[in-house]
Amino acid sequence: MNALSQAASPRMTIETEVPASAREVRPLADLEVAVSVRNCNLFYGEKQALFDVSLDIPRGHVVAFIGPSGCGKSTLLRCFNRMNDLIDNCRVEGQINIDGRNIYDRSVSVAQLRRRVGMVFQKPNPFPKSIYENVAYGLRLLGVSNRAQLDEVVERSLKGAALWDEVKDRLDASGLSLSGGQQQRLVIARAIALEPEVLLLDEPCSALDPISTAKVEELLHELKHKYTIVIVTHNMQQAARVSDFTAYMYLGKLIEYSPTRDLFMKPARRETEDYITGRFG
Amino acid sequence: MNHKHISTQYDAELAGVSGRVLEMGGLVESQTAQAMYALQHFSGETASQVLAQEERVNQMEVDIDRELWSIIARRQPTASDLRLLVSVAKAIANLERAGDEAARVARTVQRLINTGVSSRLRLPVVDLGHATNLALAQLRKALDGYARLDVDCAIEVLKQDDMIDQEFDGLMRKLVTYMMEDPRNISACIDLVFVAKAIERIGDHAKNLAEAIIYVVKGADVRHISIDDAQAAIR
Repeated sequence: MNALSQAASPRMTIETEVPASAREVRPLADLEVAVSVRNCNLFYGEKQALFDVSLDIPRGHVVAFIGPSGCGKSTLLRCFNRMNDLIDNCRVEGQINIDGRNIYDRSVSVAQLRRRVGMVFQKPNPFPKSIYENVAYGLRLLGVSNRAQLDEVVERSLKGAALWDEVKDRLDASGLSLSGGQQQRLVIARAIALEPEVLLLDEPCSALDPISTAKVEELLHELKHKYTIVIVTHNMQQAARVSDFTAYMYLGKLIEYSPTRDLFMKPARRETEDYITGRFG
Repeated sequence: MNHKHISTQYDAELAGVSGRVLEMGGLVESQTAQAMYALQHFSGETASQVLAQEERVNQMEVDIDRELWSIIARRQPTASDLRLLVSVAKAIANLERAGDEAARVARTVQRLINTGVSSRLRLPVVDLGHATNLALAQLRKALDGYARLDVDCAIEVLKQDDMIDQEFDGLMRKLVTYMMEDPRNISACIDLVFVAKAIERIGDHAKNLAEAIIYVVKGADVRHISIDDAQAAIR
């Protein structure tokens, strides 16, 4: 455990139990780790929601969490930027290391952490401000007031979120005047304006139509070169389409974590197979 | 699969398509047996029946393919379901080609009859019968294995493929001997060379089917590797 927190970029190890036959095909060992979770237990009051979860999120890749409702995937995601701190009676045990440092350490500033680990929610939640101000908001909070600098970041972020061409002529319009899909991309632009290392997305497309969904998915593909992305999704096909690695969770436990291709073609565990083929019940 | 999808309709569709593959397999099996009967008894009538069945086999391939595409488009199958459907696509292609080989034998019989070759001519059709029985047994075993998704059965098919190949080599030597003995046999013997090749191909298609079974059940691709490696891959 100590060795892990000291190493700046530890190598990935897989903690899920898998048959030896499946283990050898995993090319995970050579990737640099962005987030490493070790023996994470989470309690809402008396009720335990996560059971001894250990996994590594590789840098510059998309990792999807799938599983039935209530399996703990959103809870785990929210651990990565300590969103669970906002919930009363929520207690986290174990370690979550980002860059080798436990984010649950007392010395960690939560505001700083959330700057480095951005989050996008299920329903687009732009502020009731202009498109420009929505994107510039985080920087303004950090005290940036130089207009030229703000202009540059807003343009870069909106381009990064594949929204620039659609809104460049109406940056003063309200963020709420955009369509649902555009709003979601605006929120992503707002998140990447702060250049986070990790981007968390909690069912980012569940309120969007297929075209908007496709645009967001395309965006994830482009963004992963710069950011590490973790996405929670109910849509298994979406996980299959966008992610490089998929984690299947059930009843608060990590059941299987593999390259997406393997997980959807030949899952190592029976439970995973049952879930992704729709035999779950 | 021994337990069911949430959607029973999906189960019914998968079962339906697997069932039709077996039906098609049964048809090809009888076609092959009939083609060989036609050759050994110089029966033009049986040969015509084989050719008539050819149409049905082709139509089944088209129908099953259409059903496959529909399931893939609507259900987005994953894992063992996906492997099953991919293997169905391969199985029907192999069965259709095995059917083509049977039809080729039947057409050869018709040509031999038309050119006046009869059972009185000394030709090694009995040896061909032996090779055919081997190929038919392979096809039958592969189809049985497919019906039960039985990997052991599939492995046996892979192991026995060599026997047909050896039989084929033996036949070739024999046919060459016949041709050297009496040049009047050459034309008919060349026809039989193609028949022997067709039988050997049917054995190959059975082998491909067996490989598909292993892919469905174990997710291991055992094509183009030795039998030992194949057994290691599925362990």
